[in-house]
Amino acid sequence: MEVSSLPISASQRAKLISAGYTTLSSLFSVSHSDIARDLEISENEALEILRLASQRRGSERSDGTSSIVNGAQSAWEMLNEEESLGRITTSCSELDDILGGGISCKEVTEIGGVPGIGKTQLGIQLAVNVQIPMDYGGLQGKAIYIDTEGSFMVERVLQIAEACFEDMRGYHGFLKRDLQTCQLNMQPKDFLENIIYFRVCSYTEQIAVVNYLEKFISEHKDVKVVIIDSITFHFRQDFDDMALRTRLLGGMALKLMKLAKKFTLAVVLLNQVTTKYTEGQYQLTLALGDSWSHSCTNRVILYWNGNERYAYIDKSPSVRSAAAPYAVTGRGIRSSVSNCKRVKMM
Amino acid sequence: MANKLLSEMGLPKSIANIFAARNLITAKDVFSLTEFELMELLDVDLSVVTSAVSHISEITCPPYQTALSLLEQRGQNENMAGHLPTYLKGLDNALCGGIPFGVVTELVGPAGIGKTQFCLKLSLLASLPSSYGGLDGSVIYIDTESKFSSRRMIEIGFNSFPEVFHTEGMAQEMAGRILVLRPTSLSEFTDSLHKIKVSLFQHGVKLLIIDSMAALLSGDGVQGPQRQHSLGWHISFIKSVAEFSRIPVVVTNQVRSQSRDETSHYSFQEQSRVDTPEAATKLDSHLVAALGIHWSHAVSIRLIFESRSGQRFIKLAKSPLSPPLAFPFNITSSGISLLNDDGMEMQGPNIHAISCQGHNNVINFGSEMMH
Repeated sequence: MEVSSLPISASQRAKLISAGYTTLSSLFSVSHSDIARDLEISENEALEILRLASQRRGSERSDGTSSIVNGAQSAWEMLNEEESLGRITTSCSELDDILGGGISCKEVTEIGGVPGIGKTQLGIQLAVNVQIPMDYGGLQGKAIYIDTEGSFMVERVLQIAEACFEDMRGYHGFLKRDLQTCQLNMQPKDFLENIIYFRVCSYTEQIAVVNYLEKFISEHKDVKVVIIDSITFHFRQDFDDMALRTRLLGGMALKLMKLAKKFTLAVVLLNQVTTKYTEGQYQLTLALGDSWSHSCTNRVILYWNGNERYAYIDKSPSVRSAAAPYAVTGRGIRSSVSNCKRVKMM
Repeated sequence: MANKLLSEMGLPKSIANIFAARNLITAKDVFSLTEFELMELLDVDLSVVTSAVSHISEITCPPYQTALSLLEQRGQNENMAGHLPTYLKGLDNALCGGIPFGVVTELVGPAGIGKTQFCLKLSLLASLPSSYGGLDGSVIYIDTESKFSSRRMIEIGFNSFPEVFHTEGMAQEMAGRILVLRPTSLSEFTDSLHKIKVSLFQHGVKLLIIDSMAALLSGDGVQGPQRQHSLGWHISFIKSVAEFSRIPVVVTNQVRSQSRDETSHYSFQEQSRVDTPEAATKLDSHLVAALGIHWSHAVSIRLIFESRSGQRFIKLAKSPLSPPLAFPFNITSSGISLLNDDGMEMQGPNIHAISCQGHNNVINFGSEMMH
């Protein structure tokens, strides 16, 4: 193990190497005062270097001696965990079916589509649905909505929340005889109270929010979904250095994935579309380029198929590619009318 | 907040000095580098870098609020709860009260369909005294196509609000509140945008109209990706103006015919590309908005003006608030009037189609096809 793997500053590393301490093992035989003298640094700094080195060795040793790799999880444990995880319903049963029950927690899901197809609508619907109480099969969590475009319409949130509340009350009446204890103590306004709204005006702020979320969510543990509407907007303007853009986006995607895993929440990124010239014709594709398309666990594309809106699973490690119709109604995202007669009556 | 100086963020003195010495002045500079690059550049430990970056992120992060407080705040601060009524009853109902404040509303349609008429009416409505249901403010009208007609505007005023305009001196006062800018090139347009940013706050401007956005760009002869790129700045600027001054912004857009190789399909969609005679004739009437998909992502509300078999329609093509409705209308001496207020619900992507059939103004769209 080389000293270059220690998380210390460049000048200290150079001093260590020039004083002959090139491997970690060479550090363990000496005291901190020796190091301080050889490197001409303070004793405190020398102690810090030794502490980091012993930490590093500790982790290395446990890797070697224990038969199970540290920090790993067996596939069986993962399966059990996945099954116990909640999913956020989209309020459209066909869409839930192809997604394997809804938007899954612990994963980053990207949703893209042409203007007016209903990306923001789906985002708002998820921010409302995540709050459905446990008794009704929901996650009873809060939502963080990061708005980069200014397209968040609070009147629309109220409409969707009211519709969701009515549906729950209908369900409640249906269950009343069996479940006496099950009380519906939410009001439509409470749904709005639980949506935390960030308005982001530049890509710097967007990165700052993503960095800050880790701290914010550790203080607000009941957040179950983070929605960014849209991930694209600021990154599509004023970027001359495409390499920088790719790197910043990559870094942001990693942080979001870490958030999703650490706090067991769903991250939903809305993306715009662009045209791409391939095989002699123009095709629609999601924006931000090819390297970005690797960043998300799941990718859902919303598109027009004839007269109906469809969602297509473009990429997912767990469910197969499929398409399902959905509709945007006054009450929010619902099953498409032609497939589901029940909605027609409402 | 992105441009706030690092030195004002309350970082520990020693660390702030290191950042300053390496010429990292704003949060933007810091976030452009990875943590490891920062370690190398600043010559400090990883733990120092992580804590500094998380501190900078926290300070740079904009404040948050709940959707409930957002709703209450909008309700309190704004008359009409944040909407400019158009006095077209059906349209107002569908849009929850009119053209919303704080977002960009786009009007798309072929030439001569009535977009400018609609803009003229809106300018009057914003300048009317609040006792007559107006916003009692100034209007900035950026007229890039030289189509603004004061005479026509006063005429609309006399016919729609006779009680206001027959009062002595009112016509003069109303018209005096509408400030028309006429930039002739893209750079002049950019300049006027910079100028209005300041005056919006000083003069109580309640409405910004840009008629049209496409004219200057097509005039400059820039095409394709470059054209999209030059728009990028204007898009963010107009959106931020709308949002921070909380005024409605109305922008018109032209149409052009869709070229043959442009499709609106994804690679996974099996497209039977039939080149039947029917498809070829369809091409003549198939129009699309002049500014591309990048622009249409940026607008929050899109109203399409079109004519089908001689009848004009306003269609709500994109709106987070309402179902896709189409309203038939005609143009009278008092401006645009709807023939019915219920509207017809449109099925599927038809709402996005722009047709121009039986429209008496014959325009040569062929020139656009040459590109």
